[in-house]
Amino acid sequence: MDHAIWTEGLVKRFGETTALDGVDLVVRTGTVLGLLGPNGAGKTTAVRVLSTLLKPDAGRATVGGYDVVREAHQVRQLVGLTGQYAAVDEMLTGTENLLLIGRLLGTPRTQAKQRARELLSDFGLSDAADRAVKTYSGGMRRRLDLAASLVGRPPMLYLDEPTTGLDPRARAELWRLIRSLVAGGVTVLLTTQYLDEADELADEIVVIDHGRVIASGTPDELKAKTGSQTLAVRPEDELQLPVVTAVVGELAQVTPEVNGQLVTAPVTDPAVLPAVVRRLDDAGVVVTELALRSSSLNEVFLSLTGHAADEDEQTEGELA
Amino acid sequence: MTAVTVTAPTAPELSPRVSPLEGLRQTLTLAWRTIVQVRHNPWELGDFSIQPIMFVLLFTYVFGGAIAGSTGEYLTYALPGIIVMNMLFVTMYVGTGLNTDLTKGVFDRLRSLPIARWAPMAGRIMADQVKQAWSIFLLLAVGMILGFRIGTNVVSLLGAVLLMLVFALAFSWLSVLVGVLAKDPEHVQLFGFTVLFPVTFVSNVFVPAESMPGWLQSFVNVNPVSVLADACRGLMLTGAEAAPIMQSLAWAAAITAVFAPLSVWAFKRRV
Repeated sequence: MDHAIWTEGLVKRFGETTALDGVDLVVRTGTVLGLLGPNGAGKTTAVRVLSTLLKPDAGRATVGGYDVVREAHQVRQLVGLTGQYAAVDEMLTGTENLLLIGRLLGTPRTQAKQRARELLSDFGLSDAADRAVKTYSGGMRRRLDLAASLVGRPPMLYLDEPTTGLDPRARAELWRLIRSLVAGGVTVLLTTQYLDEADELADEIVVIDHGRVIASGTPDELKAKTGSQTLAVRPEDELQLPVVTAVVGELAQVTPEVNGQLVTAPVTDPAVLPAVVRRLDDAGVVVTELALRSSSLNEVFLSLTGHAADEDEQTEGELA
Repeated sequence: MTAVTVTAPTAPELSPRVSPLEGLRQTLTLAWRTIVQVRHNPWELGDFSIQPIMFVLLFTYVFGGAIAGSTGEYLTYALPGIIVMNMLFVTMYVGTGLNTDLTKGVFDRLRSLPIARWAPMAGRIMADQVKQAWSIFLLLAVGMILGFRIGTNVVSLLGAVLLMLVFALAFSWLSVLVGVLAKDPEHVQLFGFTVLFPVTFVSNVFVPAESMPGWLQSFVNVNPVSVLADACRGLMLTGAEAAPIMQSLAWAAAITAVFAPLSVWAFKRRV
């Protein structure tokens, strides 16, 4: 048994809202668990409970075998936390931010300075080391924030939506950094709203919605269950909609969604595309749109829960 | 759950709590951080250095002659009170800083670290005391250059400084409360101006209470700002008077008794 993180029946309420409604999680040491869900699903609340920032109302959670409520101080020694908002001091320089954390962790000054230099270089921030953080770009802040959570070389790292709001280049750069950390043996709990991010980084994915776990498994298992891609067909003539729906349904082996004149269905086998083209051609259907694209989180949710992810729900940030 | 192991590169035996000595060291580190912030934000330095000097110059040379007959006499009367007023304004930095940390997520980061729970707050307040001491020193020095003279002795002067620092410590709790309740740092500043300006002006800091209408005098005389200014004038100019000193300490105790529990309560609700 080597569970780095373990929870059982975790419950957290904020007034009328139940943010966590009996969550069970297991993260094996040295692996990446992706906690996937829309805004307000309870991801941030789970991270805050597991990093001792919030006390659960019910249930139990241990990190490295230490109870998050009774042995909070030990848990804090094991965990590095990177939140949704780059939690670095804007008035300090990059070096000073890392030095502050190092000194708070009890590292002697010279060693703390050495560690700060090392991290800034690893994260491509050496040139900006002596500039105040308020002059940094969004991507630089996130990198510094991640560096700050690594000062004490924690064996466990929580990344709460680490790439939300970043441009694709900064996002790819952060993914590369996270992968190299995992290669170094760090256990990672990653929360994300993006399916591709979870797919890219996680060994195992847990999908949560309304504070409940609705699915879990490896990215491949989950994709097999939900369809990793979405087939979309739009006939030119509205009268041919039933034919298209029948063909798509037969090939994808699910009941397709019809939205206006657009027919969509989750598919796992890319060979479906040429088959659809052939069958529709045989039936004499003219299509104005035909595409096979990666499933969005919404489509995954649809196939898992039968309802779309509530995007307009109050966000966790406001709750917590 | 059975045997759980961690393949941690760090020591497997983790200490169960922070020792008071470690907590103190962490407090000093956090105080260092607040002081270093000033270096990158020269405006703040201006706020608690240049602004009070402007006040001294303006009041002495613009109003002084009209109020006291001569600028020198007025400086002697007003300087202790101006130092008190400035001290109250400087305490607002505890609230703005705390609010910035809370809204930017820095506070969550600090709380996620294995440090003493009280260290972040204590660090802020300790840094505030350093800023206070600096402001008091600066205003006294400027006053001396302009002709202010201590009428008592060094011990009394140090007594006045100590009294102001104690009062600042108590008043910081109000600043903490505002810092925890406010939506953003600007609102903390706004509170500082809308509440502290009237409270400090409706006092005997700039003019003696006797020159005001009777109904206003009754407020001015109990205003803690007046009481503290009286105590400091005594300690700096004419000799220590027990009554205003005791009243100042009583006010400090009362403010702490009310606002410390309120702050802690508001704080626990927010985080």
